[in-house]
Amino acid sequence: MQKWADNRAWFLILPVFLVVAFSAIIPLMTVVNYSVQDILGPGMSVFVGSEWYKEVLHNPRLHDALFRQLTFSFCVLAIEIPLGVGVALTLPRKKGVWASTCLVLLALPLLIPWNVVGTIWVMFSRPDIGLAGVTLNEIFHFPYNYTADPLHSWLTVLVMDVWHWTPLIVLLGYAGLQAIPEAYYQAAKIDGASRFAVFRYIQLPKMRGVLLIALLLRFMDSFMIYTEPFVLTGGGPGNSTTFLSQFLTRLAVGQFDVGPAAAFSLIYFLIVLLFCFVFYTTIVNLGKGEAQ
Amino acid sequence: MDMSWMVWTPVTAGFFIFIAIMLVCMTIWQVVSPTIERKGFLPIVTTRGDRLFIGLLGSAYICLAWLGLTDKELWYGVGISVAWLVTVMRWG
Repeated sequence: MQKWADNRAWFLILPVFLVVAFSAIIPLMTVVNYSVQDILGPGMSVFVGSEWYKEVLHNPRLHDALFRQLTFSFCVLAIEIPLGVGVALTLPRKKGVWASTCLVLLALPLLIPWNVVGTIWVMFSRPDIGLAGVTLNEIFHFPYNYTADPLHSWLTVLVMDVWHWTPLIVLLGYAGLQAIPEAYYQAAKIDGASRFAVFRYIQLPKMRGVLLIALLLRFMDSFMIYTEPFVLTGGGPGNSTTFLSQFLTRLAVGQFDVGPAAAFSLIYFLIVLLFCFVFYTTIVNLGKGEAQ
Repeated sequence: MDMSWMVWTPVTAGFFIFIAIMLVCMTIWQVVSPTIERKGFLPIVTTRGDRLFIGLLGSAYICLAWLGLTDKELWYGVGISVAWLVTVMRWG
């Protein structure tokens, strides 16, 4: 099929460009401007060059927050993606009442706002009155206390995120599985393919597109996590659940250090950009490799 | 329109003008002679725009690494970045 090559079509994206410029590019430019100045007040600013970047890059508390954040995002992805795919595979393949019921039940956590999820879990895991807290402490005699033990509070945030967002992966994975024509399964049956072979050579490649979206969404979301640890312990005990966005908020809103906060925002932005680019390129190229 | 809230400085203005000029030049170059996908030393097949993106992203990281790991002037880091950008654009 011959495609039209009319460059005037590019004018059709002009409205989008204007909206993005207004909502993203101009604010981002302002952040860049902030990051090289010491802003003392409206109309009073001193150019400091790369000073803030240096300060932020040498800040050991930021290194800790970054390390904690990367570990957290890695754990989130390592648990949620396989678990979500696994659950999606166990759902009934044929559409019907049963499949719909499962999907609605699974989607329930997605409807709950972040801060409510935090509050639910604060109640749920309290060692004195919460169901999970009491069960662990009284029945299993495990001294679980998320307000005192850094590891417990860290794991609580992780479990909370898995509980909240695995359904998203399930829904996306299920949508990907639904898009596979029945003929593929019939062909696999004729060839006597094992269950694993069906998964590896039919289902997984066909789910690549939706899994890419799932991976990017979950990475970006977990990398920007703010509300859950904030509601749970406010970033504590100590700094054990202070992730990057909370660190940034303290810097920008708490201490009103807009210069360092802007410099750090840009570094944050670059990290997200790099990870998304690497994920995207890797998965798209894996696809090309198998198509050949 | 009052743009003083954006607190522009000559350096950042220059930076953005440079990026804008680069994008305009890339567009003109694309119209004059469309890009051909090819594989250089990077492990993926890239177009000219891809290489510019990789080059710029790499440059940003080189500058950050320079600030974070050394105490010398940033201009050396910028020099390395430009060398990296040219390398990626030419052989990437």
